This record gives sequence, structure tokens and C-alpha cells, in this order.
Amino acid sequence: MTRLFRAAGAAALLCAVLWQPGMAGVSAQPALTPEERYASPLELLLSPDGARLYVLCQSADEVRVLNAATGRVLQTIPVGHLPRGFSFSPDGRRLYVTNSWDDTVTVIDTYSGHVEATWAAGFEPSSAVANRTGQLLYVADRIGNDITVLDAATGETRTALVAGRGASYLALSADGSRLYATHVYPNATAHRTPPKSEITVIDPAKARVVDRMTLPDIAGVFHVALSGDGRLGVAAQLHPKNLVPLAHVEHGWAFVDTLTVFGADVDSKPVEVPLDELDRYYAMPFGVVIAPDKSRIYVSHGASECVTVIDTRKMLSYVRRHPEGLAENLAASANYVVARIPVGKNPRGLVLSRDGTRLYVANRLDDSISVIDTRWNRVVRTIRLSGPKTITPLRRGEQTFYHAYAFQGQFSCSNCHIDSTFDGLQWDLEPDGFGVDIVDNRLIEDLRGTEPFKWNGGNPTLVKECGIRTEMYFWRSQNYDDLRLTDLVLYIRSLPSRPNRWRAANGELTPAQERGRAIFNRTLDKLGQAIPEANRCSYCHSGPKGTSQKSFDVGTGKSTDNSGVLDTPQLMNVALTAPYLHDGSAQSLEEIWTVYNPHDQHGRTNDLTKDELNDLIEYLRTR
Amino acid sequence: MTHHREHRGHRIGRTAFLFGIFVVVMLAGIPAAQSQQRPGHKVQAIAQEPGVPVMPRFRFENFTTTNGLPDNHVFSVLVDGDRVWAGTENGLAVYEKGTWKTYTTADGLAHRAVLSLAFDQKTGDVWAGTMGGLSRISGGKIDTYTQLNSGLSNDVVYGVSVEGENVWVATAAGACRLNTRTGEWSLYNERNTPMNEIWVYGVSAAPDKVYYAVWGSGLLEYNQKTGLWDKWDDPDGENEMVLLKDQGLIHEIVTSVSYIDGVVWVATYFGDSHYDGRYWHNFLTKDSGLPSNFTNTIRGIDRNRAWFGTDRGLAYYDGTNWSVYRPALDTGKPEMTVRDAKGHVTDIPVKTAPAHNYILGIDFQGRDLWVATARGLSHAIYQP
Repeated sequence: MTRLFRAAGAAALLCAVLWQPGMAGVSAQPALTPEERYASPLELLLSPDGARLYVLCQSADEVRVLNAATGRVLQTIPVGHLPRGFSFSPDGRRLYVTNSWDDTVTVIDTYSGHVEATWAAGFEPSSAVANRTGQLLYVADRIGNDITVLDAATGETRTALVAGRGASYLALSADGSRLYATHVYPNATAHRTPPKSEITVIDPAKARVVDRMTLPDIAGVFHVALSGDGRLGVAAQLHPKNLVPLAHVEHGWAFVDTLTVFGADVDSKPVEVPLDELDRYYAMPFGVVIAPDKSRIYVSHGASECVTVIDTRKMLSYVRRHPEGLAENLAASANYVVARIPVGKNPRGLVLSRDGTRLYVANRLDDSISVIDTRWNRVVRTIRLSGPKTITPLRRGEQTFYHAYAFQGQFSCSNCHIDSTFDGLQWDLEPDGFGVDIVDNRLIEDLRGTEPFKWNGGNPTLVKECGIRTEMYFWRSQNYDDLRLTDLVLYIRSLPSRPNRWRAANGELTPAQERGRAIFNRTLDKLGQAIPEANRCSYCHSGPKGTSQKSFDVGTGKSTDNSGVLDTPQLMNVALTAPYLHDGSAQSLEEIWTVYNPHDQHGRTNDLTKDELNDLIEYLRTR
Repeated sequence: MTHHREHRGHRIGRTAFLFGIFVVVMLAGIPAAQSQQRPGHKVQAIAQEPGVPVMPRFRFENFTTTNGLPDNHVFSVLVDGDRVWAGTENGLAVYEKGTWKTYTTADGLAHRAVLSLAFDQKTGDVWAGTMGGLSRISGGKIDTYTQLNSGLSNDVVYGVSVEGENVWVATAAGACRLNTRTGEWSLYNERNTPMNEIWVYGVSAAPDKVYYAVWGSGLLEYNQKTGLWDKWDDPDGENEMVLLKDQGLIHEIVTSVSYIDGVVWVATYFGDSHYDGRYWHNFLTKDSGLPSNFTNTIRGIDRNRAWFGTDRGLAYYDGTNWSVYRPALDTGKPEMTVRDAKGHVTDIPVKTAPAHNYILGIDFQGRDLWVATARGLSHAIYQP
């Protein structure tokens, strides 16, 4: 049994390492026609009069406008690549769409349905919200870790406000006085300390950050919503327990799915409220909306195919009696959760009708929209979006990736690989004792040619990494069958590398990057001495993906590691994935060499000046 | 006008000399001796006789540890609307709505000694140069950049200035620039600029040009359009002789620079300079109202007017006349003097003065001033 658990844990680790759930709907099929692409509805909006339902179709790169009553498609509007968020201007005449891989915002005239303009935004724009006057457009940039402020008349960038790492979702208070921003990756903390996140509070009239609500222990915050009276705020989030061995999944609580509630109704600082139950979890809380009369809160669970309904009055009553927070008490949810409504696969965005009687749910991996009658808490209609009629193995693999297979439905691959990326955390994965074999999570894009997997190179293929290893070490429950495993591997192998924001589109390097490349490829040190082949950057990090696919001892191993050698990690988009080294002990690329390479074992670098090291890093960012 | 010198590398003796002066200036912070009355200084018994230039008058309200400052040794001051930030030897203090709050290393500040401050007008972020790195304070959150965890050239950050998306930094080992959008650090030192010494003491950045005050290496100019560097040295070389008064930069040991309206105001420990792009004009105690040639900080208001922070008081120059504000060098009593274009000096009776005459930082709040001194922070409240 122990061996089985080890294998499952390893498989889970592989999945965590290789699966990047943040890149929802991304696959390596650039040549597909619209008819061949799934819709992958991610977010929803209702027109002010409630007559039209706007559907952000991520995989199709389009916005579809539906008759909200009949579900009939009224219009299809092409937008940029991998749109991730959208919102109306205050007067409803414009629709702003963030194109996450194009770094642009598409401006759509809602009267004509025509694209009015395309504006440059920050790195990986993920949502956009205009201020009350409509003069400024705030854009949350996931890779930029900031909120870009655009002039809504011209599209020009006015400034960029520092936000949390992986800034992604925005919500404006009903009176327009405050804008709230969440982020999907935790802010930097010291190695092997609990993660920390924030809700960034902005004065949207002045474009200034006025507060940062600290969310202790939280890594992965998704949508945030404000009540109409402005007294209650709710954010959906993940509470990981990454400092203890993941073997504890059998005791529950590898992840707790929670809300942060804040505002005048809470009568205290922000309080964390669990959504799970003692023996059943509701993984990946993503969308959150508050009923117009504030009586109910609705939360979509991306990996559990359901929507949770919370009685707000009961929840607030319970919170007031427990102002210290409830995250440690999974029995708490029985006091305020009034329904779990099954919906489609990977439910994400939510929107309520103005009267609060209809809740629309975007089922991203079903290409459908569930319509829930909130009076009865049941799905009364499912709108099917047009797209491929068959479910391909690739699509099935994606569905597997985004489903909570773990024991008691605790988590999915997408928990650690948010939108198919990473989670910024270091995990103690195996049941080999506390603090042994700590591993940093990595990107899982463009993996072909980077095997073996795991930091010790122990898994030669994705089949092994995602198969029995995941079953034994992560899921601690039934494994996939062979077909599902094949689909999953196919999906992971299909994940393309996102555009590199530090490399010019034409591939040309800046002078600093060019100098850095020369250092990366050098064979002589500055004293004119030959650098041993195995001590050159370009030897271990060779090939187009920056890995020789071999393992080495580069002097960064820890006494708590089971293996003395480490697999050479690939370098693609390495700038995104701090911290670094196998256990995440280097907080930045610089620290790899300024702190953790005292004896030149991790490449010959101690002869470099500070500016030369900066050049090397500038080059690495382009990989 | 422009003088490029060949690279001479590090000179241990010179560096030791500079360091010795630095220790005296930054850590002791107090001048060893004070001079007596200057020649030509006519003491007036009456407050302001006809013909005496009208210069700004202030009531000084001083802050020390007794009323909220974390430390009396204040290196830098920054006004951000109604808030005032004070970089002290024991943390970064912010004054808002009548109370002080202090950020320390426990909050993530890079080091307890905050040497320089800059404000990002577009974001509201405050940048603090410390003895242990560069910190950004944004909405109460502090992110710190050091020479180990980032591309920062050195942890001793004497100067910082924000322009556009770039943060320009002056450190004890060269100058650098952080692009806040891309995260790229660019380092400027003796290898890629005409900087002979790399002890960079101050920076003033504008959309067209960036000026660095280089300790022992004159004034460095970066042209943002061309990406080229230029340099101004003391035409008399590295000594205290001034052969021709306005022939160029007054001295190589440049401590502070302020670039405004196309004019550069330059402070050195041996006099100050003004350069309008064509002509230099220098200020020495012997031929101006400058209370001391030893100037720690300079802040231009426009092309003609500037404030000077010296070791012997706070001085203002309106383009013609001078006024000096300080505790009197002999009695310590509040003192204000006005010097007209002809060199006539008039005492103006006042009841308050800056907390100390060793001035390290100056910033403006409307017509008021905030002044960092070696013995407290002073709020100079304009008296109409």
C-alpha cells in the first residue's frame, strides 16, 4: 500500500510539475478553423437590459452574443488570441476584451458589434474594468503583475500600478469608489514559509493603490465580487498546505477551497470562510457573484463541476461568531452552504440576471452554459454553443486535467498548474518525512524534448509522470484508465509555450541580451582560462529548449534531498517562474549566482562583474 | 565645455579619502566647527529697511524623536501631497494627518538608514534608497531590491529619481536604471560611461536628460533621446583653485544635482554651479550669499531660483539676492539674513529656525518647505 501511495504521489507531483491549469484552453493547434475550435466559454456578461448574453469564448478567440432568453446566437465577434476577461463601459456602449496572449485590449462597439479599436496593454492582460466616469480603463496583467491604467478615450497607457503576482481579476464597487484586484500566484515570501496573497484596493478616480488587504496562507485568488450596497466583498481562493508532505492528502486539507469575505458587513478584518466539507471538497473556486438583494452568494468550482450556493445571512452570522477565521474548520460550511448545483465541465464565469432569478454558468470544457433558476437552485436549461461535434482525445485530456481526481475530490492538476502554468509554490510531495525532497513547481509548456521529468529526472516519460506516480502520490484514489491517461498526456504535450515578453517579435536581441548570449555560450573565462565543458552554461542548458536532458550536480543540492544530482530544467520563459533552483530557494535569477554558486559549480560565473551578470540574466529572460 | 577624461580605474588612496569624508558627512553629520561672521556682513538692527530685498520668510516647526520621528538624523525628505516622508537613520517615517508612522526592516525596508527618496507621480509609489538596497513602498507594501537579489549595482543607494517607467539610481558602485515594466537593470559605470570614479551621489531625471552627481568625477549627463553620455569636469582639475570663476563646473566632488526647466543646479563640497546649457555660473561664499561652500543638497525651483542645503544653514537664491535660515553659528539663536546683489547683508529678526544648520535634504509643499537636518526634520511654513 505504501508503495502504491508513493507511486500515486509521484504521479501527482508529475502532474503538478507538468500541468499548468492557468493556460485554460490553450493547445498547440494554431491552424484550426473556427469550426474546428471549441468555444471554451470562460466568462459571461448580460447586457444592461438583460436581453443579450455575452459569452467570452476563449479557444475560439471570439465573443458570441446570444439571445439570453432563447440562447440563439445573434452575433460572433472575433477578438485577439486567448481572451481572458471582458466588461462593459459604464454606459454599456463599449465592450472591453483582454487578449491575454496578444497583450492587447479589443474595444467593441456594442451597438454595431464592430471592433472599434485594439489597444496595447501590459504583459498578459487578463481582465479590464473602466472607472465610474468611463475615462480610465484598468487592466490586470498576469505576467506584468500590475494594473495598467489606460486612457479610455485614446487607449494610451497612463501608468501601471503594482499589484499582486499574477494580477488577473478586477471588480468595481457599486458606487465606483474602489476597485479591487486579485492575483493567481502568491506574492514572494521567504523560502519554506506560508504563502501570502493580497487584494489590491485602488482609488479608480485617482489611479492610486490605497490599500492592500493581506490574505495569509492563500495562493491563488480568482474572482472577487462586491455587494450592491458596498458593504460586502467576496473573493474565491485556494488555501494550499504545501509545507507538509502531500501524503497528508489522505488526512484531507492538501488544499482548502475558501472565500475571503470583507467589508462593513464582516465587522472585522477580512475573514477566510471554507467551502469544503469534512469528507468532500469543492475544488478550484473561480467565479463568485452576490445576489442583488445580497441574500445569496454563488461560487463556481472549476474542478468539481458544481456551483455552491451560500446563505449570506447565515454565513455572516457564523463569521461574526468566529472572527478569527474558519479555514481550519471544514464542518463550518454546513452552517451556510444551502446547495451544491451540478453543472457542466470546468464551470468558470458566472452572471446573474438583474432580478437575481437566473444564474448563468460558463462550462468551459463542455462548450455549454447552464441556466440556473435560483429560486429552486437547479439547472433549468443548458445552452449548447456551436463547435466541434466530437470530443477529441485532446479535449478529453484537458477535461481530465481540470477535474479533481484526488481523494475526496480535493484537487485537480489545475490546482498546482493554474490555467496550465504553475502555482509559485514549493511542495513537499512524498511521504518521506517532513521537509525532505522539497520541489519547486515548474511551467509545463512545450515539454516535448525536455524529458525526463521530476527534479531528479526519475520519470523518463509523461506517461510515467502523469500515470501511476500521480495516482499513488497525488490522487491517493483510483487511477485513470489507460485511455484517459493517454488523453491527459496528449493534452499536456500539446501545451505551447506562451509568447516571450522579453524577446523582440523579430527575434533580435538587444545589446545587453546579445552580450548575455555571448556569456552564456563562452568557452573561456575572463582570465582566458578554458571553462570545462560541463561548467559552461550552454553545455547543460543546450538545445532549443535550454536543456541537455541530463542530470548534474551543480552544488545546489540540499542535505534533505534524496538525490545528489538534478535534472537540467528547460529555460523557456524562465523569467516567469521565480523562485528558482529545484527547491525554490533562490528568490530571483540573480540569487542563483550571487548566493547559491560560491564555488562555480553551477557554471563559471564568479569571474563576472555585476553588469555582466545582469547581461546574462537579460539573455536568459529571452529564452 | 565638455571634458572627457581617460579611465583611470580605482585609486585606493582617493577612495579612502572620499570614504573618510563620507563617514564624517553621513554618519557624524555635524560640522566640526562653525565660522564666524563673514566679511562685509552688515548687521541691521531694524527688521527690513527700505532697499532690503523681500525674501521669503518662514515659521519653522521642527520634528524630532520627542514628537514622533524615529531618529533625529534625517538624511532625506519627500513631500507627497499631504504626506511627508522622512528618511532617517532609524527607518522611513511618514507624516500624515498629524501623526508619524515608521517603516522598518521588519516591514521589509532594505535597511534602517534611508539616504534618499523619490516619488513616482504616476503611481504614487515611493522609492527609498538605503544603506542596504532600494525599496519600493506601494500601497503599504514594500519590495526590496539588493545587489544580491536583483540587478542593482550596489546596496548603498545615495540617490534615486523616477522618470516615466524608469527608476534611476545612484549607488556607491556606479549608477543604474530599472525599467519597471520589463524588470531590466542597466548599469552605468567606468566601463560604459565617462565616469572616472563610480561613487555616485545624486541623480535628477527628466524626460530629455538624466544628470548624475558623481563624487570625484564631476557631472554626468545622459541624453535620453540619443542614449549618449556626456560629462562636465572642473576645468581647474582636482583641486580647490578657481582660476576663472565661471569657466565650468566648480569642483569634481559633486554631491547633488537638480535639473529643471532645462537648467542644471549642481552642488559640490567646494561651491555650487548653475548651467543653462550654454553658460556656467558658480557660487562661492566669497562672492555670493552661499553660507558655506560645503553643500550637501540642492533643489532648483526654476531656471533662476534654487535652495541650497549646506553645513552652515539653509539658503535661498532668487536669481539676484540670497537669504539664509539657520540657528546662528555662534549663539544658536534663530537667524535669517538677506544679501542683496551688491553684497549688503541684512539681519531679519526671526523667532524660529531649522532644527539644525547641517542640511541634508529639501522638498517643497506649495510655498512651504520640508528640510532634513542632522538634528531633526523641519517644516518651513511660509509667512505671507
